[in-house]
Amino acid sequence: MTTERIIGNSVPRKEGRDKVTGRSQYVDDMVLPDMLFGATVRSQIPRGRIKNISFADSIPWDEFVIVSAKDIPGKNCIALIGDDQPCLASEFVNHPEEPILLLAHPDRHLLPQAVKAVSIEYEPPWPAIFTIEESERCTEVIWGDDNIFKTYRIQKGDVEGIWKKAAYIVEGEYSTGAQEQLYIEPNGMIAAFDESTGITVWGSLQCPYYVHKALMALANLPAEKVRVVQMETGGAFGGKEEYPSMIAAHTSLLAMKARRPVKIIYDRMEDMAATTKRHPSRTRHRTAVSREGKILGGEIDFTIDGGAYLTLSSVVLSRGAIHAGGPYYWPNVQIRAKAVATNAPPHGAFRGFGAPQSLFAMERHMDRIARTVGLSPVEIRKRNFLQPGQTTTTEQVVREAIDLGKLLDRALEVSDYTAKKKQFASKNQLGSSRKGIGIAAFLHGAGFTGSGERYLSSVVGVEGCADGSVRVLVSSTEFGQGTNTVLSQIAAEALGLPYESVTMAQPDTLEVPNSGPTVASRTAMVVGKLVQSAALGVAQTLIFSKLLQEGYSADDFRAACKQYVSTHSPFRCWSRYDPPSDIFWDDEKYRGEAYAAFAWAVYIAEVEVDLTTYSVAVKDFVALQEVGKVLHPLLAKGQIIGGIAQGIGFSLYEKVVWQNGRMQNGQMTNYIMPTSSDLPPIRVFFEELGNFHGAYGAKGIGELPMDGPAPAILNAVEDAVGVPFNSIPLLPEDIMDGLAAASEENSAVSRVGRR
Amino acid sequence: MINSRAGYGKIEISFTVNGEPKKLRAYPMERLLDVLRLKLGLTGAKEGCGEGECGSCSVLMNGVLMNSCLIPILQAANTNIQTIEGLAAENSMHVLQQTFLDYGGAQCGICTPGMILAAVQLLDRNPQPTTEEIREGLSGNLCRCTGYNQIIDAVAEAARRRNSA
Repeated sequence: MTTERIIGNSVPRKEGRDKVTGRSQYVDDMVLPDMLFGATVRSQIPRGRIKNISFADSIPWDEFVIVSAKDIPGKNCIALIGDDQPCLASEFVNHPEEPILLLAHPDRHLLPQAVKAVSIEYEPPWPAIFTIEESERCTEVIWGDDNIFKTYRIQKGDVEGIWKKAAYIVEGEYSTGAQEQLYIEPNGMIAAFDESTGITVWGSLQCPYYVHKALMALANLPAEKVRVVQMETGGAFGGKEEYPSMIAAHTSLLAMKARRPVKIIYDRMEDMAATTKRHPSRTRHRTAVSREGKILGGEIDFTIDGGAYLTLSSVVLSRGAIHAGGPYYWPNVQIRAKAVATNAPPHGAFRGFGAPQSLFAMERHMDRIARTVGLSPVEIRKRNFLQPGQTTTTEQVVREAIDLGKLLDRALEVSDYTAKKKQFASKNQLGSSRKGIGIAAFLHGAGFTGSGERYLSSVVGVEGCADGSVRVLVSSTEFGQGTNTVLSQIAAEALGLPYESVTMAQPDTLEVPNSGPTVASRTAMVVGKLVQSAALGVAQTLIFSKLLQEGYSADDFRAACKQYVSTHSPFRCWSRYDPPSDIFWDDEKYRGEAYAAFAWAVYIAEVEVDLTTYSVAVKDFVALQEVGKVLHPLLAKGQIIGGIAQGIGFSLYEKVVWQNGRMQNGQMTNYIMPTSSDLPPIRVFFEELGNFHGAYGAKGIGELPMDGPAPAILNAVEDAVGVPFNSIPLLPEDIMDGLAAASEENSAVSRVGRR
Repeated sequence: MINSRAGYGKIEISFTVNGEPKKLRAYPMERLLDVLRLKLGLTGAKEGCGEGECGSCSVLMNGVLMNSCLIPILQAANTNIQTIEGLAAENSMHVLQQTFLDYGGAQCGICTPGMILAAVQLLDRNPQPTTEEIREGLSGNLCRCTGYNQIIDAVAEAARRRNSA
């Protein structure tokens, strides 16, 4: 076998042909005989107690199937980390999009009117809370004893002693807003129920076994009576990590009562308002810095708004907290992280998962430190970059031979940073626009945090088929990122087969093992490694049975596989995650090897701020990263560019407007994501260190590009206009207000000066 | 969403879809998108927003790109509709379908049918577009996965292949 014929090549996307010809089947493309359509009646108030539910006479209610909490056979919750979130509210509501009743009817078009014809009366209004600050004040306690879902404390060295030694103490507060994932395919699910086989759901989703777990608890059914099938999924970005369990639960309840299949497809407004968004955050930094610009230590307070129920907030908080120190060496640090409850729909997973929030703060704060000390943004970073052998904030030793200074130099070179910085500084005084350039350096941990992968204990299968090909069995899902393609490449490479000889089983819990959720940039690195070893198991089986010899050709393999299957049966080899022995993590102290690997990056953004409209245009964007071995250059580049586009939206366009815990702009006309004419050319560069233990040296890639754009862009805006902005999204009105306030302050200073 | 029971009774509509004449009965205000997907089984056009913003339901009507979620079927009477399914014969691909595949223009695939049809219209009108013209020409079709660069590469390459063919 020759090595790496397929890895590193941009082979055609496995399901690409079906996608470009329109043949791919998404959930709304699927129709079952006798199928009903379902809809959800939601609370309209952020907090209260239901007094009465009434149905207007205008609707022929006898044609409808109606489900309430009373129809739930098992536990009324969406089982995830905790079980606090009800599937259907029966008495109390805690946010304004809480599901209360479900309706189903054969005519999809009748449902919106029927939903409107249900009135829910509440007791006189209960006060609600909507911001981190209101939650912290605890004037209303809406969750537990203190509105706190979870706290973490990461402690390294001694923070008490550093303040006296500091030449500078730099403080700052940074905040980020909610962000909608805005996959173009809205959430949707179909459920069918049959006494003998139980529940089957087909849907748009990331994590088949999360849905499986939730349905078992809800319907009180054993594992074999719940089947979850992933349809082609039109984008997810974390937005289809936990909420599909809710829709699967709803369609299942309707299907069980109706004894007919039921489909629920959210329209855009319901999808945007009711499903999860990125957690809003607030980060406070207080940093002790030496005269030479070295970080001596600091305190970081990282707080996220989790919405009304726990869902995944504790895990988002964990990742945010671990990334809060950025790619820098902190001899002493204390990170205090907290997720709080508010009366908004629960916030959830979105690409980056807490890290884009805390890294935004870190990288804005680095520029503030640079200005305070009087060093350039380049120099301050170089003096503080983590070096191999040093430890992260969780005291994880950096074992990779990463040279962040070199990475930064390369990014400066390809972006022509130094010349542009100089040019913008002199030219900026004239004209009706200002140009600026900004840097963000960051890291992103691949795979589950700490002991997460150990608990997941993922399993992967590879099957030898009757026609001599092999089939990969995983619950890892394709939703655009390239799971099918990359895992097929790995299996083909491992077996020495052509890429075309590998197929992917549709993720269906009846057939595929639990290879864990498709999240956390873990698929290529963790699941890929398991696919590699299960594939080798297939070859070993054929070799042990004397049908094949080492050094075989692809034809030999096919013949041997065919023969094996014809005399035995299709055979499957399994591989289970085996944690590396050198990985240590302390869940109590939050100390140790937080991630099996980090990806490293330096991004550079060039912006132009229009002083008439106050709009910001990103003119150039350089993305340089080290993600281990690039398994598929075209897909990898696509991941980086796509993530940066979402990051540009997060920074400059995408603002969720809230009123009483409700999203007011849940349409694509008023929640603005970037179009093709809003984006610059995005220039992508990969560095490869090699020698990592993931599949063929791959680390994680999917989430990384979400972390860098926001701080790079806001650093560039400050470079352009000379006024700092520390909150995103940064809209033209914010820049107008900020510049006006700054010029007032300046004139006040000069008035004082004249006296 | 338009209520199919309200207003007028069903009427007979004749139009051409992907070169084939079609005759069917529908409520006049039913959306072209629903007729294509539910009555004709052409599910390549997708509903992303239902308000003409995202472009994933795009089809060509008499060669002009339209959001089929905004077209009452009455308006489609006697027109010539082209959907993604009719772009190339079975087992073959249009040059844009091939370049989308080769250049990473499709990730999750949900915007792809509409995006490819938008590109078809663009290249019909402007066989040698500049990058800026491609950006502008596709700006009515939203893609959340790609950040558009690889779509633009795919369209530029399709123009090159066509012009050199």
